[in-house]
Amino acid sequence: MKKLRIVPADTAINFIGRRLIAFAFSAVLVLGSLGVAATSGLNLGIDFLGGILLEVQTKEKADLASLRSDLGSLGLGEVSLQGFGAEDVVLIRVQRQEGGDVAQQAAIKKIRDRLGDTVKEYRRTETVGPTVGEELKEAAIWAIGSAIIAILIYIWFRFEWQFGIAAIIALIHDVLSTIGLFALFQLEFNLATVAAVLTIAGYSINDTVVVFDRVRENLRKYKKMPLPELFNLSINETLSRTTITSLTTLLALGALFFFGGEVISGFSIALIWGVVIGTYSSIALAVPVLLYLDIDRGLGEEDAGPGLEAAG
Amino acid sequence: MLIFPTWKKALVVIVCALGVLYAAPNFLSDETAQSIEDALPDYWPGKKINLGLDLRGGSYLLLEVQGDVVIEERLENTVDAVRRALREARVGYKPPPHVEGTAIKFRISDPTRIGDIERSMRDVAPDMVVASDEGGSFTLTYTESEIAAIKTRTLNQSIEIVRRRIDASGTKEPLIQRQGNDRILLQLPGIDDPERIKDLLGDTAKMTFQFQSETMSLEEAQLKGVPPGHVIVESEESEFVKYLLERRVIVSGANLIDAQATFDQNNQPAVSFRFDAVGAQKFAKATQDNVGRVFAIVLDGKVISAPVIRTAILGGSGQITGNFTTTETRDLSLLLRAGALPAPLVVIEERTVGPGLGQDSIEAGEIASLLGLGLVVVFMLLAYGLFGALADIALAFNVLLIMGLLSLLQATLTLPGIAGIALTIGMAVDANVLIFERIREEARAGRTPVNAVDAGYKRAITTIIDANLTTFIAALLLFIFGSGPVKGFSVTLMIGIATSMFTAILLTRLLVVTWLRRRRPAELPI
Repeated sequence: MKKLRIVPADTAINFIGRRLIAFAFSAVLVLGSLGVAATSGLNLGIDFLGGILLEVQTKEKADLASLRSDLGSLGLGEVSLQGFGAEDVVLIRVQRQEGGDVAQQAAIKKIRDRLGDTVKEYRRTETVGPTVGEELKEAAIWAIGSAIIAILIYIWFRFEWQFGIAAIIALIHDVLSTIGLFALFQLEFNLATVAAVLTIAGYSINDTVVVFDRVRENLRKYKKMPLPELFNLSINETLSRTTITSLTTLLALGALFFFGGEVISGFSIALIWGVVIGTYSSIALAVPVLLYLDIDRGLGEEDAGPGLEAAG
Repeated sequence: MLIFPTWKKALVVIVCALGVLYAAPNFLSDETAQSIEDALPDYWPGKKINLGLDLRGGSYLLLEVQGDVVIEERLENTVDAVRRALREARVGYKPPPHVEGTAIKFRISDPTRIGDIERSMRDVAPDMVVASDEGGSFTLTYTESEIAAIKTRTLNQSIEIVRRRIDASGTKEPLIQRQGNDRILLQLPGIDDPERIKDLLGDTAKMTFQFQSETMSLEEAQLKGVPPGHVIVESEESEFVKYLLERRVIVSGANLIDAQATFDQNNQPAVSFRFDAVGAQKFAKATQDNVGRVFAIVLDGKVISAPVIRTAILGGSGQITGNFTTTETRDLSLLLRAGALPAPLVVIEERTVGPGLGQDSIEAGEIASLLGLGLVVVFMLLAYGLFGALADIALAFNVLLIMGLLSLLQATLTLPGIAGIALTIGMAVDANVLIFERIREEARAGRTPVNAVDAGYKRAITTIIDANLTTFIAALLLFIFGSGPVKGFSVTLMIGIATSMFTAILLTRLLVVTWLRRRRPAELPI
């Protein structure tokens, strides 16, 4: 049987030689992400802002315009409506109510009274009060921050510090550009997104570690080889694995995005982006950055060449 | 190097068999699974995966107990007691006893009495710290630890009352948990009307019987100010109907032993109640001595009825009539039976998923996972041929192991959790990809098949561990900081990492080695 080869067995792509293109692209990506996030901000969901979210299935095809004016007249501040998947399903978002948690519950009552019997089913009701919103925000920042630090510490232990720095640069690049993606398309940033960002962090490091492992192995094997050449060799050697793993993961995530339902589509988008950008950054960013970090090629024990090492 | 120790073989086989066994109930319908579980001995795995509220439908409510209210209430009551004590001791005061923050303050006009007033204050308020100065100023305060103790007590009582109310409402498998110092977490699977539950929890249901004032009329009080020891209370029916009541409580709902929804002689919905011995005695005495007076039944700060005492009520039972519907009398009697909440509860977070959306999510999740699985399986076959098929077998076991572990641990599977499984399916083959790529390289470098396989496994393993541990760290932190569905995601991700390492490192290896031993190929089909 002829095997499907995504990447030919012996590639010799000069990634290192083209590193400045990648650096420029990444710089634009990160700065752009920060810029968009700073100017248009993130579309924070009620998890962090507090507020009310209702997913409602109406008895007949939903008439967004009349629903909008109906609910708009309740005096609950900003009410936004949006079709959600099917034509009889509406997502209603109401801003956080002044007057704390009691006011939130009162607002839900008002909305339910007004919607009355046009509703077939309340598919989803979520309210988050101001205190809980603040706490969730804090927990999210802690989670992302401590994950990055924990991963850094792990890399620090397993590799020399230069690798740790390079890995974290790639990781932060991936996380920031994901946030930029959410800011640019104003996708809802909620608790699930934080989970996605953390998973992206894990995946990004995973990918980087595989390439770094090879770099380290080659550093021991080829003491004299110039670094750019050695890095190129390491990337090319692992290129097949990198692309195949990214592809299988993308296949699974693609299925999730297209068939997993509306509720987690934002989550799937974040993960898909994370896999793509994580793969890119470990090849085009993490390894080339090592060039500037003064790797200690040291006097470690001399390894034998390939094929000569006793196996067993 | 083709030796695979027997204990390792046994381990792989046993783990896989257990995985299948524990996963099996999930493929059966509820009824079949139940009947099989009943028929088999207890140690036989029969549990299905525990679905989260976002999949099975239900309500997640986070309630905050307003413990400060209890402290304010106690301060108010103590102020009354202090005033009575000062009057009995015949000591003048200016300013009179009043509440300031969490303290009660007053000043007596006769500084020579400081000593004995201090003693009497210790009797009146034994749980407070009494301090005074030479000028006769008194300050009674709660210590920090006393306040904390009151709040803890309030929380524990509230949890108990919430439990009784939820149980009485007929909700199945509720989860009621204390969270932090002032919160209660409720998980109510499969309820179709969370609003009714919220209504049930929204009332403190504090019922008291109090006399109407004899000292002055309501109008007088509204003009001249409310006399000490009295209070104006609105009627339940209208905010314009008010009563001037004595603060003193004749009997309270705490002395109730039973309350039932019923109908009065005019066939209007009513609630009948019965007092315990103490309550009955108090009530009997109060009604005997006060025939002709009006007393009010006050529920949650509103007068629900104010009958005239015509004869002494000695039996310890009575009936509350008002403008009720039958649902209201049913809920009211439930609330009275369950007891009053010591403090109001506020819903600070709610996440409710209706049964329709839950079912849709399960279906969508199943389709997406199966499709993802199918795509990955086909891809691996195309990319690695026979080895791909072996990896696919491992992948199938991986999914079964995840399901088995979820069933065994009774961890909660949420919608993001399903996404975690889909992601794991994609990433699970990574370990095999790493190994196979390595074997390909070693084979290209001129090693014999056996050597290449052996070296491939050896060299890939550190990378696999490194790569998986970093993802595991991220998942673990998500588990620590996450809540609800997100926590579910981290659980499946962690389980998935563990099972995929097991299947990739041990199971495929066993399969590959067995195949090599049987065939002894001259060239690897990879």
